[in-house]
Amino acid sequence: MDLTLKIWRQKNAQAKGKMETYPVKDISEDMSFLEMLDVLNEQLINDGKEPVAFDHDCREGICGMCSLYINGQAHGPDREITTCQLHMRSFKNGDTIVIEPWRAAAFPVIKDLVTDRSAFDRIMNAGGFVSVNTSGNTIDANSIPIPKHDADKAFDAATCIGCGACVASCKNASAMLFTSAKVSQLALLPQGKVEAHERVMNMVHQMDEEGFGNCTNTGACEVECPKGISLENIARMNREYLSASLVSE
Amino acid sequence: MSLDAKIPEGPIDKKWINHKNNIRLVNPANKRSIDIIVVGTGLAGGSAAASLAEMGYNVKAFCFQDSPRRAHSIAAQGGINAAKNYQNDGDSTYRLFYDTVKGGDYRSREANVYRLAEVSANIIDQCVAQGVPFAREYGGMLDNRSFGGVQVSRTFYAKGQTGQQLLLGAYSAMSRQIGKGKIKMYNRHEMLDLVMVGGKARGIIARNLETGEIERHSAHAVVIASGGYGNVFFLSTNAMGSNVTASWKIHKKGAYFANPCYTQIHPTCIPVSGDHQSKLTLMSESLRNDGRIWVPKKKEDAEAIRAGKLKPTQLAEEDRDYYLERRYPAFGNLVPRDVASRAAKERCDAGFGVNATGEAVYLDFAAAIQRYGKEAALVHGHDANDKELVTKLGKEAIKAKYGNLFQMYEKIVAQNPYETPMMIYPAVHYTMGGIWVDYNLMTTIPGCYAAGEANFSDHGANRLGASALMQGLADGYFVLPYTIGDYLADDIRTGEISTDLPEFAEAEKEVKDRLSFFINNKGTHSVDHFHKRLGKVMWDKVGMARNAQGLTEAIAEIRQIRDEFWKDVRVPGELNEFNQELEKAGRVADFLELAELFAKDALQREESCGGHFREESQTEEGEAKRDDENFTYVAAWEYTGDPGEAKLHKEELNYENIELKQRSYK
Repeated sequence: MDLTLKIWRQKNAQAKGKMETYPVKDISEDMSFLEMLDVLNEQLINDGKEPVAFDHDCREGICGMCSLYINGQAHGPDREITTCQLHMRSFKNGDTIVIEPWRAAAFPVIKDLVTDRSAFDRIMNAGGFVSVNTSGNTIDANSIPIPKHDADKAFDAATCIGCGACVASCKNASAMLFTSAKVSQLALLPQGKVEAHERVMNMVHQMDEEGFGNCTNTGACEVECPKGISLENIARMNREYLSASLVSE
Repeated sequence: MSLDAKIPEGPIDKKWINHKNNIRLVNPANKRSIDIIVVGTGLAGGSAAASLAEMGYNVKAFCFQDSPRRAHSIAAQGGINAAKNYQNDGDSTYRLFYDTVKGGDYRSREANVYRLAEVSANIIDQCVAQGVPFAREYGGMLDNRSFGGVQVSRTFYAKGQTGQQLLLGAYSAMSRQIGKGKIKMYNRHEMLDLVMVGGKARGIIARNLETGEIERHSAHAVVIASGGYGNVFFLSTNAMGSNVTASWKIHKKGAYFANPCYTQIHPTCIPVSGDHQSKLTLMSESLRNDGRIWVPKKKEDAEAIRAGKLKPTQLAEEDRDYYLERRYPAFGNLVPRDVASRAAKERCDAGFGVNATGEAVYLDFAAAIQRYGKEAALVHGHDANDKELVTKLGKEAIKAKYGNLFQMYEKIVAQNPYETPMMIYPAVHYTMGGIWVDYNLMTTIPGCYAAGEANFSDHGANRLGASALMQGLADGYFVLPYTIGDYLADDIRTGEISTDLPEFAEAEKEVKDRLSFFINNKGTHSVDHFHKRLGKVMWDKVGMARNAQGLTEAIAEIRQIRDEFWKDVRVPGELNEFNQELEKAGRVADFLELAELFAKDALQREESCGGHFREESQTEEGEAKRDDENFTYVAAWEYTGDPGEAKLHKEELNYENIELKQRSYK
């Protein structure tokens, strides 16, 4: 199929960006979306032009590196997949595809479609862990029984890949879904309960520091999340936050 | 230099504990004045960085991704082995040790493997304490499953995302130390050379990938945990950025490279669909618990299927060849990975392959759907002869077990694997070879260590499923933090290493010159053009089956591609900016050198073992034939200025606890 691509080009964080138009021909429907961009880049290099910069690594939907806003949707038109898993059979001959980076104040553009998501790391550094040192003498794993239901819920929250689609999809650019997924995972497990109060306070504080917006319960994040992280986690984080605020006073 | 593996004295089950009791320590106050660089933040690097920082060392960690959480360990699916014996099925440290040595086709170092088995149980305890949500049973206890090549259930898992959960555990441990300032994290940084001062590893030169700036970083020790080199084949299940550069740089500075030809080709991957293909996707080994592998019995049926005139579901039972069950009745579809991969290639080469390319076999769940469906119908008191109901219930059971994998398959291939068999074909997945290390995980460069997939030590010539995660975490959490102190005990009075030393300036200049060369070369072909050509030579002649003639040709072709690459590569953009083509150019340049050593190693090993199959060395039935008399050694290569001229050093492998036997899965 032949397509017209409209792609955000921006030399670096300081430069002003703009949309550029590129035609691509003979795209096979078996290609992944990123392989289609590989074809474009090969073409640009052969024409002596600069290829389009975009983040990607595992190309199997788990590393969270890829991050494109395609036709107004994070990770494109399909549900519960990342951009690297999106295939060209979701498009048809003659389509125009608009490709932009994540748009959020807390995710500044580095180049073209690549953004800086280190704000997520800093939220994690503020409390996204259980304070246990490595040692060969940790208690036996089975001495902490965990109800299957809780373990499964914790797992579901823990599958977040930290891609940032939730922030990009949110009209307020809020990071509540991301932050609440980690808070929930650890709040649901006995190992995480000891520090639950400090964790939620510190992580939420850091989230605000980074310039993410507030949550207005719109739910776009849940719809666009490639891993189907549930809004329930935000509710749980709000409860955790409230109870922590009451205790800390 | 002679190779000393520094294996401690004493019986195998006492070596590690005695060694730990006898090696030197660094006191807490002195740790604060010692710096350690860790390159790579996967399971090995991430767990090492976190543990070393907890102990009090100043750690500088580097990853080329935008966050340590994205290292490719994250993509591991199936699980992690540990000799916990929670299932009371007779598992023990010794059995895990034995299975790993046998699975590795008797080409690994006994003492290292025993230690790995010994610390495996600690890994599970540690990860649970960190909040890793492993799968559990209804009673709240941890659940286990079974993997290929073993007879116990010792694999812990978190659905099909075990690697993700373990890596996020290590990442959270790192995050805690980053927050405390004990780890200084360098995201989007790539190590481009090792700096040696006075014969010791004392730092690295790194490029800030965001700004293009070249930076000097010093330390008292350098840990390389940058993973494997499967991308030398261009197409593999590795991430796009996975590369050999850090390993290759230390090799060129004096670290021996061991067994480069030991590559794992995983039998169940989604087949190549066309020339545009950029990477291959794995379908977990766990699928072989329930899927049956087959090709058509008659060539004309295979041809009709390839032409699209016949559907696999139309083929009668007697017209199918379940070749693994036929050839290996004892292990059937669950033979080890190397055996399953070769059997698939044999059928496809003989003309029985399916898919338009002829390079695919079927992995069929129809029988499992019926089996589970009948069971579910009986349990719920329904009619087990109601075909429609049984099929429906069976599909639900399969979905509960493998739902995410089936969904992934459907997204990529656009076929519904509940209705028609999956098509699979072997693909490059893991490299058992790597940097040679002694028992302490130190390379042949003093102060330079290698951990995880980057080293060679534990898997011999073939790795068993669910053992990569175990090894990465064992190295990072439980081995390196102890052994590195023994070396650093000499450095308590050294003080900070200055980056103004001439050695840093020299290494930096070399790095800068090479990068400038790429930008100024202005050739006619992109980096990928050369990488794809290299991959094709590697796959055709240094892939699943190798012979002397093909390997000799491959060496000449690799040299040819390398010459053309340096003359004709085109790298657009500038030095001092975010430039992904420039990153790739450096990595492919190193792959082009490694590839030659890889082929050379395969050529000298005139035996078949594990993932290395030499056509000249096979039994009458076409099985791999080892030559223990002549090849029971580790081939450790010393760089001498040209990969083709590398010098071979042999570390003889002594089996004192396990008797060498021909592997049989029949």
